[in-house]
Amino acid sequence: MTLYRDTGVVLRVQKLGEADRIITLITRRHGKLRAVAKGVRRTTSRFGARLEPFCHVDVQCYTGRTLDVITQVETIDAFAPRLVDDYQRYTAGCAVLETAERLSAEEGEPVMRLYMLVAGCLRALSAGERDPSLLLDAFLMRAMAFAGWAPAVFECAKCGAPGPHQAFSVPAGGAVCPTCRPPGSASPARDTLVLMDALMHGVWDTADLSTPATRREASGLVAAHLQWHLERQLRSLPLVERRSQ
Amino acid sequence: MYEGPVQDLIDELGRLPGVGPKSAQRIAFHLLAAEPADIARLQDALQKVKEGVVFCDVCGNVSEQATCRICRDARRDPQKVCVVEEPKDVLAIERTREFKGRYHVLGGALDPLSGIGPDQLRIRQLLSRIGEHDITEVILATDPNTEGEATATYLIRLLRDFPGLTVTRLASGLPMGGDLEFADELTLTRALSGRRAV
Ligand SMILES: [Zn+2]
Ligand SMILES: [Zn+2]
Repeated sequence: MTLYRDTGVVLRVQKLGEADRIITLITRRHGKLRAVAKGVRRTTSRFGARLEPFCHVDVQCYTGRTLDVITQVETIDAFAPRLVDDYQRYTAGCAVLETAERLSAEEGEPVMRLYMLVAGCLRALSAGERDPSLLLDAFLMRAMAFAGWAPAVFECAKCGAPGPHQAFSVPAGGAVCPTCRPPGSASPARDTLVLMDALMHGVWDTADLSTPATRREASGLVAAHLQWHLERQLRSLPLVERRSQ
Repeated sequence: MYEGPVQDLIDELGRLPGVGPKSAQRIAFHLLAAEPADIARLQDALQKVKEGVVFCDVCGNVSEQATCRICRDARRDPQKVCVVEEPKDVLAIERTREFKGRYHVLGGALDPLSGIGPDQLRIRQLLSRIGEHDITEVILATDPNTEGEATATYLIRLLRDFPGLTVTRLASGLPMGGDLEFADELTLTRALSGRRAV
């Protein structure tokens, strides 16, 4: 029985037996971690609500026979109260959690950059200063870049010809030049590709000035690109409330 | 592994929520030793639960008739509606004997991670119920966890547009018998926002 400590964000909780839960976290050093929290569903549990989705925590675990067991939890950031207070923030946050769970498919594989991206996005969402939909799309663009399949935004996805280009094809990998353009490509507005580039690189001055129509179009392309690369559809993404302010 | 029917029973019991392999084994051997009359009653109850139970067309609670006992009871205040996630929550509140109004069972909580959005719950039915009947107070009694809180937030936004409707939320706070320093942030936040003048 070895004890270890790590920090992580709670991605998902599942009931186990009478009063326990299996907690899935994305952690700094142990990748995706699935561990048991014993007695967490009892109102007298010392864990309280520290192991609910969105919680950013410092956990101590010991390695069990099948699953590790959580012995101690301390809160680093209590994101949940600020996220459940606003339905737009909540649904965007859920899509962040589900995407992180899917992109960290292997348990124990190092996913430190993704972990930091998740914590950073939840922090920005709970601060409530930016359109949650915009924050979600920035997260998705960067998470896709970490996975190695970010959409090409300016140069042609096929031949690399410098853009800006008029067409966008999800199967081709993003923006495409007139020569490479496959049939059925979309023709997004130029501002939409500018916004996607800004979200990818964190150029918030540009992103904040975008119009609701541009944001809507960018969200559609980001979601289509993400779903194309994931084997199963994300359940939470269609439920994200995209009301522009 | 046990032989045939005993192992089949253990496997079936093990698929029930909250029943681990050890409990399944314990229940199976309890049933094996039980009187035939007890088994017959259990069989009967299992049969009836699928054939005889329907959901109340007003509140969504489990019921034996098209409209449930609480919705039919003229002594219950029809102007107050308590919104809960599951039928078991109706039972929990009924046990307190404090509430004399009626209920609305949503059938769960808003949980995008499980693919549950507003259309998967009985939210539309709640809105038309409030629109069509003289309801003056809606008490939100969703679970005090992440999904339950988000569901309450969503409903508050929908319900504040109904003129003359008071929306209240179950007070939630520190569990009795505990020390403040051990309270987690979600619980403390709710306790602070639900504070009252004394
Ligand atoms: Zn090209
Ligand atoms: Zn009823």
